[in-house]
Amino acid sequence: MKYTSQSVALPYFIAAIGLFVGQIVFGLAMGLQYVVGDFLFPEIPFNVARMVHTNLLIVWLLFGFMGAAYYLIPEEAETELYSPKLALLMFWIFLIAGAATILGYLLVDYATLAEMTGNNILATMGREFLEQPLLTKIGIVIVALAFLFNISMTMLKGRKTVISIVMLLGLWGLAIFFLFSFYNPGNLVKDKFYWWWVVHLWVEGVWELIMAAMLAFVLIKVTGVDREVIEKWLYVIITLALVTGLIGTGHHYFWIGTPGYWQWWGSIFSALEPIPFFAMTVFAFNMVNRRRREHPNKAAVLWALGTGVMAFLGAGVWGFLHTLAPVNFYTHGSQITAAHGHMAFYGAYVLVVLTIISYAMPLLRGRAANSQRAQVVEMWSFWLMTISMVFITLFLTAAGILQVWLQRVSDTPMPFMQVQDQINLFYWMRLWAGVVFAVGLVTYVTSFFIKGESKPLITP
Amino acid sequence: MSGTFTKAMARNIFYGGTVFFFLLLVALTVDTTTNLHKSDNSANLTPQVVAGKHIWETRNCIGCHTLLGEGAYFAPELGNVYPRRGPEFIKAWIQSQPTGAPGRRQMPQFHLTDQELDDLVAFLKYTSEIDAQKWPPNIEG
Repeated sequence: MKYTSQSVALPYFIAAIGLFVGQIVFGLAMGLQYVVGDFLFPEIPFNVARMVHTNLLIVWLLFGFMGAAYYLIPEEAETELYSPKLALLMFWIFLIAGAATILGYLLVDYATLAEMTGNNILATMGREFLEQPLLTKIGIVIVALAFLFNISMTMLKGRKTVISIVMLLGLWGLAIFFLFSFYNPGNLVKDKFYWWWVVHLWVEGVWELIMAAMLAFVLIKVTGVDREVIEKWLYVIITLALVTGLIGTGHHYFWIGTPGYWQWWGSIFSALEPIPFFAMTVFAFNMVNRRRREHPNKAAVLWALGTGVMAFLGAGVWGFLHTLAPVNFYTHGSQITAAHGHMAFYGAYVLVVLTIISYAMPLLRGRAANSQRAQVVEMWSFWLMTISMVFITLFLTAAGILQVWLQRVSDTPMPFMQVQDQINLFYWMRLWAGVVFAVGLVTYVTSFFIKGESKPLITP
Repeated sequence: MSGTFTKAMARNIFYGGTVFFFLLLVALTVDTTTNLHKSDNSANLTPQVVAGKHIWETRNCIGCHTLLGEGAYFAPELGNVYPRRGPEFIKAWIQSQPTGAPGRRQMPQFHLTDQELDDLVAFLKYTSEIDAQKWPPNIEG
């Protein structure tokens, strides 16, 4: 850590990990509800558990992105953060607002929550991933603006590197596209159309800029490869991401009441979306192979390589599997979608946040790298979580193929719930894979508390 | 990457490509919006349908069901539930929840009034008449 103000990243990372644990607890509950339907009913119905699961994911990733920005922007700009106090204030506002929202989901009936929080003034709730009450959405915008002001001012007063420019472009894009969450017309087709301007243009657009910038930053640090080389790669990757991903939005416009031509635009461009992820994998391995130093933090290198591979598999390969319109006609809204969603979010965004945490956390705690023992435990957690996520994805894919066959392809299609009974076995196996994931997560958290001789921090 | 391909070139391609493809997305969006009335069933978008959409949203139906294939995958697709089950079945079903059958997936009781039930059914009818390019493949959704 070169600048003392980088330490504001620490609470952001801790909160991210804490909320990650909460997300997995609710994930397990839902996994059980899939096979034991009345589990926790009526206290926590499935729709509430799912809202908590997905919203916690989004919020903890945002904590991770903000922590990453507070860590890397001062270091890239070679100056102290514009206002560490503002960063800490925003941390508490975001954490309290986030916790209050989750408690609201769990303790208050959703329709009552909507009434209490001004949904009748401007209705924005009850849409997938954008379930947050109006007040929370406004809070997110305020926190995002204060955060962007803080890091933009930091960059403006210091060195402007490609990594910070790309990171800021991504973060500004994140804030701007979130504004579409306030647009909810009565026309369902329009509602769905612009809903994707938040969801798709986030995860298959501007978030990829954030991800690539974070990965590039860590790779520069752990490999010592020339910045010029890494920055050129960064530009190439994000070009591929946006050139394919922007029009790739069309793969969501096949069956929601939009014109038929989207089947062509969406299929062709989204079929190219794996390319930037493949480039990211090649990039990560290439840089590590050409490394000019042996960084003592082996775990961070493992997370970085894992990000490349798993993002390509989850977002790239599993996305391509069902992105062509003639295939998607059968798979749309099935367990195949769920399989892709799980591995894509894990591979791209969970892993990139854990990569930067793995790299930065020891430095924030005053050492170059954790002890050998702590790193071994951390690497175990990587393998446990990653392999179990592969199995979650495979079981859901198997469930999805059977579901699509029985319910949609067959000459004698079966009703939804009958099909669900037929594929029950795969839901059980997914649940057990989820239990292993949770073990991996506990292992991960444990790794932070393992003592041992750590590498001292030598400031060059 | 060879020395002839410089960082400045990569940067220019990034900004040029991004602006070009974003403008293309905007152009396609404008075209979609102008032609949307042909497929979006907006001719039948009555105040009652809008009221029904509000019920749909404030009960977080999307947390279990899909609607035109989007949502959660825990419970049946409802984009075509109107032709599949008909209005009376839908209302009776919602009113009789939860079934309480041990071990089975449960749907909450939402205590909707008759008016709210009618609004919701109107919304589901309107949704089923959206031209979704013949999706879903069959009546089971």
